[in-house]
Amino acid sequence: MSDQDAPSFEGLEKGQIVATREVGFTRDSLVRYAGASGDFNPIHYNDVVAQSVGLPGVIAHGMLTMGTAASVVEEWAGPGNVVDLQCRFARPIPVPNPGEATVMFTATVGSLDDETRTARIDVTVELDGQKVLVKAQALVSCA
Amino acid sequence: MPVNPDAQGRSYGPHEPYEVSRAKIREFADAVDARSFAHRDVDAAQAEGYADLVAPSTFAVVIAQRAEFHVVQDPEVGVDFSKVVHADERFTHHRPIVAGDEISTTIHIDRIVSRGGVSTVTTRAELADLDGAPVATVLSTLAVREDA
Repeated sequence: MSDQDAPSFEGLEKGQIVATREVGFTRDSLVRYAGASGDFNPIHYNDVVAQSVGLPGVIAHGMLTMGTAASVVEEWAGPGNVVDLQCRFARPIPVPNPGEATVMFTATVGSLDDETRTARIDVTVELDGQKVLVKAQALVSCA
Repeated sequence: MPVNPDAQGRSYGPHEPYEVSRAKIREFADAVDARSFAHRDVDAAQAEGYADLVAPSTFAVVIAQRAEFHVVQDPEVGVDFSKVVHADERFTHHRPIVAGDEISTTIHIDRIVSRGGVSTVTTRAELADLDGAPVATVLSTLAVREDA
């Protein structure tokens, strides 16, 4: 935790949107995430393998989606001030080749705790208007 | 075949500590579109009060997944990795991870539930520094299909 880059608790209001981002996931994004994370499950780069297990084709790593959601929150919160982060993976994000899957991230103040000066940030993550993550929540330690 | 319910309660590790490098933090930050200079520039990170480059908050998965591998690979647990989907994930940070950290991980199988042709396996990775001080707790649930 670092007080220097933490957002101010004063002035935050429930329902306030603190950050938004539109991200285009491409096959390049998936290869890059595989290398950076060490998650080399072939369903994230090989269509034949993905289809053999019943998927429409290559899908994004759930953790790439969650990691990007965290980045959206952290751009506002400061990277070391997210003390708790959770989500449920509701539906996969198929990533076409060529092309991209366009995903919308919206981070909103869900609740505020005066005693601990923490804000619960709820992140909505949508592909074609459907939620891909459920209960995506970050607890942010504020200054 | 369902996942072996008797594996609930098992623990693995700690294994060889993971050394957090500046290069890996930069690479991971690029991959998840994390835009803070504190992931890339040591002076910027120190100006914000960190000892070195600070990791994005889901970076702990890099370390936790290495530990989860021991669970998935254990034939007595019986996870067929080709039938796995990630169901949920949670990170609790006891302090930020910074470059130069050496982190050891112990992983616990907290819960195994088999119902309706699907087994869910919840693991808890406890990340600690070399003095044993807690760094992060990573909860992960995998859903494993038993058929097809």
